[in-house]
Amino acid sequence: MSGASSAGQALTLRLSKSQKRLSLLVKIGVLVALLAIWHLVTVDEFVSPFFLPKPDEVLRVFFNIIVTGQAWPDLKVTLFEFALAGPIAVIAGGAVGFLISLTRYGTRAFEPIVSSVYAIPIIIFYPVSVMALGIGPESKIAHGALFGFFPMCLSTIQGFSRVDPLYIRLAHSTGASKSQLFWRIMLPAAAPTILTGVRLGLMLSFLAIIGGETIASLEGIGHRIVWYAEGMQTGNMFAYIVFVIMVAVLMNTALSFLEIRRGRQ
Amino acid sequence: MIAAPRKLPAPWVLRTFVVLILLLVWEIAGRHGSQLLFSPLSKVLTSGLQIFAEAEVLEALKTTAWILVVGFVLSVAIGLVLGLTVSMSRFTYQTFLPVLLLLYAIPQITVLPLFVLYFGSGPASKVAFGVSHGMFPIAVSVIAGVQGIKPLLVTSAISMGASRWQIFRRITLPYLTPSLFTGMRLASTATLLGVLLAELYVSAGGIGHLTRRFGENFQPDKLYALIAALSLMAILINETMRMLERRYSRWL
Repeated sequence: MSGASSAGQALTLRLSKSQKRLSLLVKIGVLVALLAIWHLVTVDEFVSPFFLPKPDEVLRVFFNIIVTGQAWPDLKVTLFEFALAGPIAVIAGGAVGFLISLTRYGTRAFEPIVSSVYAIPIIIFYPVSVMALGIGPESKIAHGALFGFFPMCLSTIQGFSRVDPLYIRLAHSTGASKSQLFWRIMLPAAAPTILTGVRLGLMLSFLAIIGGETIASLEGIGHRIVWYAEGMQTGNMFAYIVFVIMVAVLMNTALSFLEIRRGRQ
Repeated sequence: MIAAPRKLPAPWVLRTFVVLILLLVWEIAGRHGSQLLFSPLSKVLTSGLQIFAEAEVLEALKTTAWILVVGFVLSVAIGLVLGLTVSMSRFTYQTFLPVLLLLYAIPQITVLPLFVLYFGSGPASKVAFGVSHGMFPIAVSVIAGVQGIKPLLVTSAISMGASRWQIFRRITLPYLTPSLFTGMRLASTATLLGVLLAELYVSAGGIGHLTRRFGENFQPDKLYALIAALSLMAILINETMRMLERRYSRWL
């Protein structure tokens, strides 16, 4: 998608100073207004706290989670599942993608398979994982690895197969060896696309694990949200939702940072 | 990378061959694996496919298809309105795009229990959760599409005295079409994912719930038949959207 180029164009369309100030005010205003509405409708329990807890209560529980570390046992389970599923997805996806992209023929033969399968919502295989591996961490690891595999595989194929042929001809004409061709030309040229695949694969694998924990699990932070939802403890549920969102956003920010830094070299 | 030597079969021949090998592996592994967990292809095709004669399965398919259509139409409508509103002017773009991207960055799966709390366990929560997945790709594609329009076109239209509506009708809309279709393709897969997630989570009706039940009851032949049918459907939807996307961006 042309997201990057449109962002670049937007940069050239500068706003005047007063417009910029107004824009910032509106942005902050939107957030403040949302919080104010949230506060106003809950302060006299106009909306039942069962549906919408008070913002200060959510904040209190959230800080409580952070300070007491009560989320740690669940977070540990989720991170353990991710620590296995994420690397499996990235390594397996990268390896299969690399093998397919070794020849142009392989790319033309197999890329359509991978991109078609990518369109399948992998979540429908989750019942198979649970049936075969049970309700424990194993099914989440398998599901997370499968979810992250396809974006990684597809990005690797696209990265390697779209390297400018001119570079390769140049390397050949200067008498580069096969390993030189790979390390000096192919890998650096493909790296930005592959790193996007790494970020997508790891992120999707993480979210798939949370999704698996939400649907069927006994532990993990995804399960904790559901546990509080089923126990009608909406305040705790909100605080945990905020917590999980922050973990996911932090992870995404860290991976994006890595992607941009490495991609630039 | 390396030019294909002659005498190799056409890529699609090898592709079909590999798919057939995979199906064969499925058959052999299915026969030798635990019959509680695995089911060979032949059994899925014979006894598994019979589930599509069962009233319950047909009902679930109908429910999910209906939810999917409503969710997709709503996603397109809301996404289009959001996208056009954000790209109305430079000011709205710089002000509201960050807000939109902030919302898009929230992993929807974390708020799934909230959707059930607010919309109940019926079709409404599934439609809403599908829309929460589908509307963002549309909005972002529309915004990218509008941003991609050459300013020269707009400037010359203005200098020829075109009205706002004329600019929208004659420039924005036609130039928007290809990215709108890209957005619609992404949104169709995303909406399907959202609807199935909600159906798997809420134990009531729909295909998602049915796959979960077949799994919990250890009925692998039925489970695999349903998954295979769903996968084919997803691929078909994606390929149709891809075709439409190509068809409507040809004029550019």
